[in-house]
Amino acid sequence: MTVAGTPAVATRVGRPLLGGRRFSLDWVGVLPFFAYVGIFLLLPTAVVGIGAFFNADGSFTLDNYAHLSRSYVFKATITTTLLSLVTALGGAFFGALLAYAIVTGNPHGMLRRLVVSASGVLAQFGGVTLAFAFIASIGSAGFVYLFAQSHGFDYYAHGIWLFELSGVALVYLYFQIPLMVLVFLPALDGIKPQWREATESLGGNTWHYWRYIAGPILFPSFIGAVLLLFANSFSAYATVNALINQGSPVLSQQIAAAISSEVGAAEPGFAKAIAIEMIVIVTVVTILYTLLQRRTARWL
Amino acid sequence: MAVAMRSVQRTRRIKLQVFRIVVFALAAVFFLIPLAAMVEFSTRGINGERTLEYWTSIVQYPDMIKAIIASVQLALITSVAMLVLLVPTMVWVRLKLPQLSRIVEFVCLLPLTIPAIVLVTGLFPMYIWLGTNVSDSILTLAFAYVVLVLPYCYRAIDAGLGAIDVKTLSEAARSLGASWLTVMWRVIVPNISNAILNATLLSVALVLGEYTVANVLLYSNLQVELVHLGRANAGVSIAVAVASLMFAFVLLVGIAFVGGRRRRTQSEAVTNLGKGPVQGSAG
Repeated sequence: MTVAGTPAVATRVGRPLLGGRRFSLDWVGVLPFFAYVGIFLLLPTAVVGIGAFFNADGSFTLDNYAHLSRSYVFKATITTTLLSLVTALGGAFFGALLAYAIVTGNPHGMLRRLVVSASGVLAQFGGVTLAFAFIASIGSAGFVYLFAQSHGFDYYAHGIWLFELSGVALVYLYFQIPLMVLVFLPALDGIKPQWREATESLGGNTWHYWRYIAGPILFPSFIGAVLLLFANSFSAYATVNALINQGSPVLSQQIAAAISSEVGAAEPGFAKAIAIEMIVIVTVVTILYTLLQRRTARWL
Repeated sequence: MAVAMRSVQRTRRIKLQVFRIVVFALAAVFFLIPLAAMVEFSTRGINGERTLEYWTSIVQYPDMIKAIIASVQLALITSVAMLVLLVPTMVWVRLKLPQLSRIVEFVCLLPLTIPAIVLVTGLFPMYIWLGTNVSDSILTLAFAYVVLVLPYCYRAIDAGLGAIDVKTLSEAARSLGASWLTVMWRVIVPNISNAILNATLLSVALVLGEYTVANVLLYSNLQVELVHLGRANAGVSIAVAVASLMFAFVLLVGIAFVGGRRRRTQSEAVTNLGKGPVQGSAG
């Protein structure tokens, strides 16, 4: 106790002697970092936040926000939300199954390492490549389609849906499921086999175990993961832009279109207002996620 | 009673095995077929034979070659800049300004809550200014990329620094007369080499896969050129795409295995794939 306390006392006595000069020199060490993030992270964020209140001539306006009620922005908001919700729920469901299959195996096994690493690549590497993977497989020249077609199953009979939102949703699952695996594995790792044994020794069966023990414990972290996946889909741009180049069905494409319109109708202020809309939604979702994560931490 | 219990457990184990096999089989189908299809598509000949024609004709697309070179350069510049910016700052904060650690963490993780498309909206006027006054080279994208890789690299390096006693090590080195530069280069860096490798590989993979920022700022990096070429010659584009995906796969699997071989306990802490709060950036 006394030994542990000594250094703390010594530094507390020592600091005032060295005074303000040392204090200021210490701060110089973190200047480059804060200067950098100030310019390339905080400044652009401020540019978005402030720029949304100005029109092209540089005078103050609220029009950019009023324009958010334009029917195509409203429609894009609904579309993006639905797309994100569907891919978040789908990704979470299938990802949780896959994660459970991994967690019931050898924790240091090759299979687990391989799946986790592969999930890392698919969750974090470019969406463009993933879109191409689907064009090459189930696209109208892909071997899956050619095979299905030659066996009398033409799944594009009613139009090539790969280049529509349902196709986008399918490709999103290709990075949402791996992300779910990465997010949900730690939660599943926290489930102790003893809980199962305790349930059994008290006469409970598998249903009781999932309904009253594992389910309620995993539920907050599952919902948290759904929110994270939602935010991930919501901010995605590359995949959808690689698949759909007619119109701009999702918000991120609306922003890109408003920043640099090819027909010369760029509305930078409006782009920033949509960006704010997006950031508000993503922030709310992220805060909910953080709160749930904290609640989960109590048990796992 | 005991016999009944054991048989219940056995049927459960069999059920579990069946479940696992089914799930892994379905996952393999869903995840491997598109990848295999890319290889198949990019080696297709006109009369149904296998050929590497698409692969060899990559060199005939100078725009694609230029884009690949630019992306590789960007990956290198971003990684080096990230390390130079992040490692000394994080060590310094741990040693001298622990009260700042929460702020640094917050700032570093901030890009996770700001979608790339939003960040680029704010960067757009800045890059116009940069383009007219400083340089309009594609390599200026590295400024933005350092920000994009910040959260991932912060976590990797933070885990590495957490696994060693930075304070004792640097105090020992200082008391033996080492300068701060020596402390950094010869004491800290070798001790967190796994974490540094980790952060570097992650940033290389992220930069090679980046599309949003480059596309909106009208720069032709690897992914932008992939989409562009994909509309004219899908075969060549898919060949490049599969190559870049395999490259990223090798890099990121490398993180798990290079780290795992050296020191087991540390590698568990350092591998940031699947540890702590994760976030995807594929979309």
